[in-house]
Amino acid sequence: MFQAIQDYFRQLAETNPSWNFIYIYDPVQTARVLEGLWMTIQLSVVCVIFSVVIGVVGAWLQGSPVRWIRSTVQGYIQFFRNTPPLIQLLFFYFALGQFTPKYSPDGWLEVPIISNVGWAIISLSFFAGAFNVEIFRAGIEAVPESTKEASESLGMNRMQTYGYVVLPLAFRVSLPALNNNLVNLVKTTTQAIVIAVPELLYQLVSIYNDYSTAQNACMVLMFVVYIALVGILVLTMNRWERAMRIPGYGA
Amino acid sequence: MAESTWTPKEPMVSAKDVHKSFGDLEVLKGISMDIMKGECICIIGPSGSGKSTFIRCINALNPIDSGSILVEGQEVNDAHLDKLELRKKVGMVFQQYNLFPHKTALENIMMAPLKVLKQGKEEVEARARDLIKKVRLDGKENSYPGELSGGQQQRVAIARSLAMHPDVMLFDEVTAALDPETVKEVLVTIKDLAEEGMTCILVTHEMGFAREVANHIYFTDRGIIVEHGPPKTFFTKAKDPRTKEFLSQIL
Repeated sequence: MFQAIQDYFRQLAETNPSWNFIYIYDPVQTARVLEGLWMTIQLSVVCVIFSVVIGVVGAWLQGSPVRWIRSTVQGYIQFFRNTPPLIQLLFFYFALGQFTPKYSPDGWLEVPIISNVGWAIISLSFFAGAFNVEIFRAGIEAVPESTKEASESLGMNRMQTYGYVVLPLAFRVSLPALNNNLVNLVKTTTQAIVIAVPELLYQLVSIYNDYSTAQNACMVLMFVVYIALVGILVLTMNRWERAMRIPGYGA
Repeated sequence: MAESTWTPKEPMVSAKDVHKSFGDLEVLKGISMDIMKGECICIIGPSGSGKSTFIRCINALNPIDSGSILVEGQEVNDAHLDKLELRKKVGMVFQQYNLFPHKTALENIMMAPLKVLKQGKEEVEARARDLIKKVRLDGKENSYPGELSGGQQQRVAIARSLAMHPDVMLFDEVTAALDPETVKEVLVTIKDLAEEGMTCILVTHEMGFAREVANHIYFTDRGIIVEHGPPKTFFTKAKDPRTKEFLSQIL
């Protein structure tokens, strides 16, 4: 069966040279695609997690009574929100990368302790994290003052009020916006190609640089994979949103 | 902090010359009143007269500028006020109910005893179920606030306050947001409480209720107490022209 499919695409490439689905019938190219896909998935998952953590911590720090802490968070948001993620990646890897300490695993070659994948994770997490701070802050501000007062008047302190009342409500309010931002983040991982992170786009571009007839087929695959990846993410988030829905609350 | 020497023979809540401003607006211009244990008092007056502000001062939701409020001998106007200690003694119910929308009726009632008083779950749940019965909401234990009517939510809010075993209950216009037909069910609940000997302080526009249940009525206007007395004399023999005018409009 699989053999037949491979034969079909090998035939197709011969009769229609602009539709060479080489990654279907050439095991070497298949391996490159799978490697790239795996890197994309890892990069996406790690960045999603880090960016959410950065968002929660940042939103919490924004409520700090200390002024310079609030300004620092504000400065961070302004920087990462107002500059293109592509330039952030280049800056982190090429500019900051020069100043990180190096080590030598084989006693011969010197490599920086933060690899290009490491920089991609840092850069993309902070990029999406800046938006997440704002998203969570908006959620926290949406909790009415009177609900906090009710909690306080029951003897709960600031931490308890936040932990048991404000955050559970704020999180529900934030979910749709968070959903959007995470979708954006997953798509932005393709930009890591500029610092040679071997994710899916990098691998597919390499393939069609080697086999120029595979260009169209590679782009089709790119779309298909991202529709599926983002589809899975959105589906998961929607399920989560539904599970967290409060009967009779909101619309 | 010095051990309180308060005895039940002294006023449970004693306010002396309480002043409070919001910016340039002086809302309370020297309010004084004593409330004995087991008394039910009603504060009435036109809107903007400072009555809600005053009862919010009693449990330190609004700090006061000068004067003194003693709750069982504990000074509220104190920079080192132990708010938890105060709020264990003082329960409060709000105009907008302010239930926690992500918790069921039962969980709303259980939250503070579990988290603040650190009581055992079984004990707290048993008491919460008793309180639900007491406010006549049997069968609504697992309903979320959004699934309850205004009157039902307000009774859950009363039960939630009672779960903390307060010595005095503050009611801030608790029927003002309710439909006329559900006002009664809430008032009956408060009346039950008053008859059981709970010390109650109400800000209200329900004159019928005030006449029937209150031991003492205070009429406030523009930040001062204009006139006060037991309901019999208050409603029939008001002396001050402002009181007379207010009563003529509302009765």
